[in-house]
Amino acid sequence: MADIVAPAYRTIPIIPALKPGAMEGKGPFVANDKIQEALGFPGQLVDDWHDRAIAKMGELLTKYRSFRVFMDACVHCGACTDKCHYFIGTQDPKNMPVARQDLLRSVYRRYFTLPGKLFPKLVGARDLTREVLDEWHNYYHQCSECRRCSVFCPYGIDTAEITMAARDILDAVGYGQKYSNEIIGKVHKIGNNLGLPGPALQDTLEGLEEDVKEDTGFDVRFPLDVKGAEVLLITPSADFFAEPHIDSLIGYAKVFHATGTSWTMSSVASEAGNFGLFIGNYEQMRKVALRIREAALELGVKRIVVGECGHAWRVAYSFWNTLSGVGSGADEVDRYAQMLQKQLDHRYRQPTHICEFTWDLIQRNALTFDKSANDKHIITFHDSCNVARGSRMGDLPGGQFEIPRNVIKAVANNFVEMAPNTTREQTFCCGGGGGLLTDDLMDLRVKGALPRMEVLQQVVDEHGVNFMAVICAICKTQFSKVMPIYGFDRKMVGGVHQLVSNAIQLGQK
Amino acid sequence: MASTVFAILFYFATLLLVVGLLYRISTYARTPAPLKIPTTPAPTTAGGVVLRMTREVVFFESLFKSNLWIWGFGMMFHASLALVVMRHLRYFTEPVWEWVVLIQPFGMYAGITMLLGLFGLWGRRIFVERIRYISTPSDHLMLVLLIGIGASGLMMTFVAHTDVIAVKGYFLGLMHFNIQVLPADLLLMLHLSLVALLLIVFPFSKLLHAPGVFFSPTRNQTDNSREQRHLSAWAAKLESEKN
Repeated sequence: MADIVAPAYRTIPIIPALKPGAMEGKGPFVANDKIQEALGFPGQLVDDWHDRAIAKMGELLTKYRSFRVFMDACVHCGACTDKCHYFIGTQDPKNMPVARQDLLRSVYRRYFTLPGKLFPKLVGARDLTREVLDEWHNYYHQCSECRRCSVFCPYGIDTAEITMAARDILDAVGYGQKYSNEIIGKVHKIGNNLGLPGPALQDTLEGLEEDVKEDTGFDVRFPLDVKGAEVLLITPSADFFAEPHIDSLIGYAKVFHATGTSWTMSSVASEAGNFGLFIGNYEQMRKVALRIREAALELGVKRIVVGECGHAWRVAYSFWNTLSGVGSGADEVDRYAQMLQKQLDHRYRQPTHICEFTWDLIQRNALTFDKSANDKHIITFHDSCNVARGSRMGDLPGGQFEIPRNVIKAVANNFVEMAPNTTREQTFCCGGGGGLLTDDLMDLRVKGALPRMEVLQQVVDEHGVNFMAVICAICKTQFSKVMPIYGFDRKMVGGVHQLVSNAIQLGQK
Repeated sequence: MASTVFAILFYFATLLLVVGLLYRISTYARTPAPLKIPTTPAPTTAGGVVLRMTREVVFFESLFKSNLWIWGFGMMFHASLALVVMRHLRYFTEPVWEWVVLIQPFGMYAGITMLLGLFGLWGRRIFVERIRYISTPSDHLMLVLLIGIGASGLMMTFVAHTDVIAVKGYFLGLMHFNIQVLPADLLLMLHLSLVALLLIVFPFSKLLHAPGVFFSPTRNQTDNSREQRHLSAWAAKLESEKN
């Protein structure tokens, strides 16, 4: 850890020269048999890994159109080559999106296409060897599945889909990643990524109520497992403990309090995050998502609101309706989804992002703010990748960019944007997403943060920015850890609802 | 002799192209897309998706955002190729359609801009370190093949004319399964052999990007996941097993 230093800023944002092999062998820890078997994966690399990996690839080719089309469609045009933050930060050519895809595509060509079977050298096809498998484990854990490359690909090829397929294959042969798989195990067993059991959660929330009472004088509640509540809040478990996450949780609670909303959290579904997405395994992702369905049915809630978490919002917005029926518009004969959808109130968006929730209230003048409470901050906003490129808020495309900014501008006076080619759908990943937020990948995380840190430095120098608002638990943790290495104060990063919390006036309406 | 060989070659190549492409396209169409994965911001209506796909296929919108050099050369090549192909319809129609007559001069010069575009793309493949790194031998050979087709065609247009009336007679004959005499012209035979080769490799190569782009879920899906439940057949089975 001590020897990790930040790479130098590029004076002009030139495309870096290649450094082949720069990140070889820098991959993550391998999951042990206990972690693997808890998810139903083989405990260790199986003897017939070669055949099983090819069989799994064949299975995925029939189950996912994305994977099938993306394997064929790439023409090696090079449009994506300079778009990945990990390539920019590490200069390893295998971190260029197309080169990362080709680690898998070369094997696809060898086993599933005629030219690859006949003339492997000609079309860049190769046998699946142990070296190739190790290379997969290494480089497919140097992708944060942020989808930035997919914005720029003329065929919409999304490296995230290919990384997910690779990780699914690796898990199927018993060669998983420790960090992600361990966390998924905790969710299955206990209900959240932190492994925080119900009673401990209850204690924590009671402690929070006392703290907020001391701070504000108001009895802001943090209810747990309240049957018949209107709103079920699903939030990343980091919000219960970590800094600066907890300040946003206080913000949500204040919004609910100020509007007299009846709400609850759930000890069964005390996690918005869903690392099943990261490992590209539909069944695991579904199993994690079903806890929310279970809690919603059990508590009889009318609305489901999701806290500040990037990939969780992608899963909630884009996949919950598919995975668990949390959403609207299920077919009359779809009994599985109807069971839940009959209970939900469809005058509201299901699920609702907490920023949508707060913004709707602001538009209806239901909240009062003292914007000067945030005058100490000069604020910028970092778009989190999964929110920006994998979801929406509000009714219009791009609402995921406008609504959080609108909320910030409603509660604070000083707001500036970072460079336009690094925000909105072109935003750079924080460097820690996609199941890489682990100490064994610290070197990668620091290097991957480079493009964001460069443009943050610009607005710090030009506008005196001292607060970067985000709506993602992973971004918050990653930036708090990495920013000091770049010479920033770790307290510069915080949630949008942390700003809401600062400015909101309780007891006004 | 040559007339018969080329007849067989073209029947074979055309059959392979059609069957190969239909097979590929049916594979793409049959493979389910179990999750909603449009790259957002994405259109919320089917009409919006049609517009997005049109911008993508006609103007290469994403590539434009990505890299102006690749966009410029790529656009130059594809637009020229389209004109050249349309111009060639005169060899397969009798009487020649009005609009095909009108574009003849443009089609002839498009042959030159097509080559310029191809050389531009090849130059990037050779001189830009990142693109050289990701290039396979087949990437270079594909460009060589297209340059060969363009160059041999231009030679016949501007340098050594071939008997185009006889060529047209030959292809009209082929279309009616009636083999006529093909002019014994080396440039013509080179041109036709390379074209046949292109038709043959099409369904097995990266040229599949042409049908593939229409099936790309990140581009062709509607962003309406909250409003409508999207469920694939294999995923629905998981629900009947439990709950």
